[in-house]
Amino acid sequence: MTMTSKPVENGVNTEALVGARDALRDAPEAAEFTWRATNSWVEGTYSRSTVDGFAGLGQEHRHEQAFTLDTDHPQVFASQDRGATPVELVLAGLAGCLTAGVAAVAQMRGIQLHSVTSTVEGRMNVLGILGGDPEVRNGFDTVSVRFSIDADASPEDIEALVAQSQKRSAVFDVITNPTDVRVSVDA
Amino acid sequence: MHVTTVIIGAGHAGLAMSRRLTARSIDHVVLERGQVANSWRTERWDSLRLLTPNWHSRLPGAPYAGDDPDGFMTMPALASMISDYAEAVAAPVQTETTVTRVAPADGGYAVTTDRGPWTCESVVLASGAANVAAVPAMAQGASSSVAMVTPLTYRSPDQLDDRGVLVVGASASGVQLADEIQRSGRPVTLAAGEQVRVPRSYGGRDIFWWLEAAGLLDEGRDEVDDLVRARHIPSPQLIGTPERRSIDLSSLADLGVEVVGRLGSLRDGVAQFSGGLANTCRLADLKMQRLLDRFDDWARHNDLDLDDPPRRPEPIRRSGPAVLDLDLHRRGIRTIVWATGYRPDHSWLDVPVLDRRGRVRHDGGVVLDSPGLYLLGGNLLRSRRSSYLAGADADTLALADHLRDHLDRVRLDRSRRRHPLEVLALDRGRASTAAP
Repeated sequence: MTMTSKPVENGVNTEALVGARDALRDAPEAAEFTWRATNSWVEGTYSRSTVDGFAGLGQEHRHEQAFTLDTDHPQVFASQDRGATPVELVLAGLAGCLTAGVAAVAQMRGIQLHSVTSTVEGRMNVLGILGGDPEVRNGFDTVSVRFSIDADASPEDIEALVAQSQKRSAVFDVITNPTDVRVSVDA
Repeated sequence: MHVTTVIIGAGHAGLAMSRRLTARSIDHVVLERGQVANSWRTERWDSLRLLTPNWHSRLPGAPYAGDDPDGFMTMPALASMISDYAEAVAAPVQTETTVTRVAPADGGYAVTTDRGPWTCESVVLASGAANVAAVPAMAQGASSSVAMVTPLTYRSPDQLDDRGVLVVGASASGVQLADEIQRSGRPVTLAAGEQVRVPRSYGGRDIFWWLEAAGLLDEGRDEVDDLVRARHIPSPQLIGTPERRSIDLSSLADLGVEVVGRLGSLRDGVAQFSGGLANTCRLADLKMQRLLDRFDDWARHNDLDLDDPPRRPEPIRRSGPAVLDLDLHRRGIRTIVWATGYRPDHSWLDVPVLDRRGRVRHDGGVVLDSPGLYLLGGNLLRSRRSSYLAGADADTLALADHLRDHLDRVRLDRSRRRHPLEVLALDRGRASTAAP
């Protein structure tokens, strides 16, 4: 049991999350969310994605503001590096998701966090995407995440936070499991 | 035919309930589709033994009387123990009677069977929690050259093609079957998702000794954090063998089993596995260590004489890169064993008590919104002990009391519409039984 002299405050409203879990079990349709991004080609390998609205709880929602995410390829691929490489956005998504999970689980378990940093690396043989070797896949061979966490908890409890965060992470699931992806073209 | 209570299923739970009702002078019948202990006789693989030691596997009023209290019962031994119990408690069992429908009728229930109808005031569903193997829809993606079995249809390795086998699921059933099939010489690939790892024994005592001693099996359904989730946690990786060995992903890997992640998709004969295996292994290890910490705490507080501290299992060993996909045919896999869980079959239940997933809605076995209907069996029905054979003891005690009170209330309500003298007599009867 973690003993703390003052209430733990990681800035996560776990009461709301637990309340939502219980409420959504009784209203399963409301639990169906659709996340969405729009993208527009600018020039070359450079394009701009915008995330603005999403659907859930039976209605449409808007972010507080529209966020834009520029993606491009770096100069070693003969591009002009005007934004993150798309695969880097995937890594950033994984880090963001796992870290949010660490904070939420820590709050739930009464663990005060002081700092959470991580480095995500995806190893990739680019002969795959270049079409240079049919035996090489396009995506990452391996992805590694290295966390460094300062918190009022034992090393085992901190390790358990990170493990539980992976268990409940959407992006971890997206990356580790196959997903049915359907791409269509408007006539 | 009319009877006060119909118990559906003459397994250990139904018979324990029969004993409870007899003790309360509640007339009843136990309807059984086959013979007593039917599922244990006909829907279990040949080598299976109970996962709980004999001393733990007791029924109400019938502690283990054999000479091997620390052993694990084979299925024939268990079936004969349950049959003996049926005789000992003189359970009014009607065998070879399949219930085809239960529906509300006249404030009670109408039970239709293939051997005539019954009416009754209350019904106890004791037909088991593992009637149907829950096989995921993706099973359709296997090519037709691959044979598929479930733990309910599997008997022994001899029935399988002698080439490779993919076992899907690493709960108690999956790891035991992977172990047996690999030992038969068929190379096994085991797809493991979330797992619960526990050692068979710790500090020289069986895991169930510890769970009982530390009071973990007494944990009630209202004490667990998330009951829905807790009821769906996979069964612990255990095997009952005379040598009392542990079973886990490391022991299976030592035998040569190839352990891969959760099966994510199966399409055109190609299986894809999750890359999250390292984390599910880590979670299982962390949870096991927390459990053993609790045992250590308990031992300290109770001055238990132990090696200090008992040796703990090593973390699950993982070597080499994770296997993420397999072409089953090219890999020589000719059989898939779907050890992906079970569910009860309540398809004959014509009472609106199922949730959207088809599960009976109940509070500790008292079915909601259908007075007089009760449910036995399943994970964490009332407490953690409910998941095991021995759980029937306390569960039937509580539910039989509830059932009796329900009948008393119904009869009182009815009597109020009858002759005033009858009501008076009934009230007197209640008053005298209520006196200390």
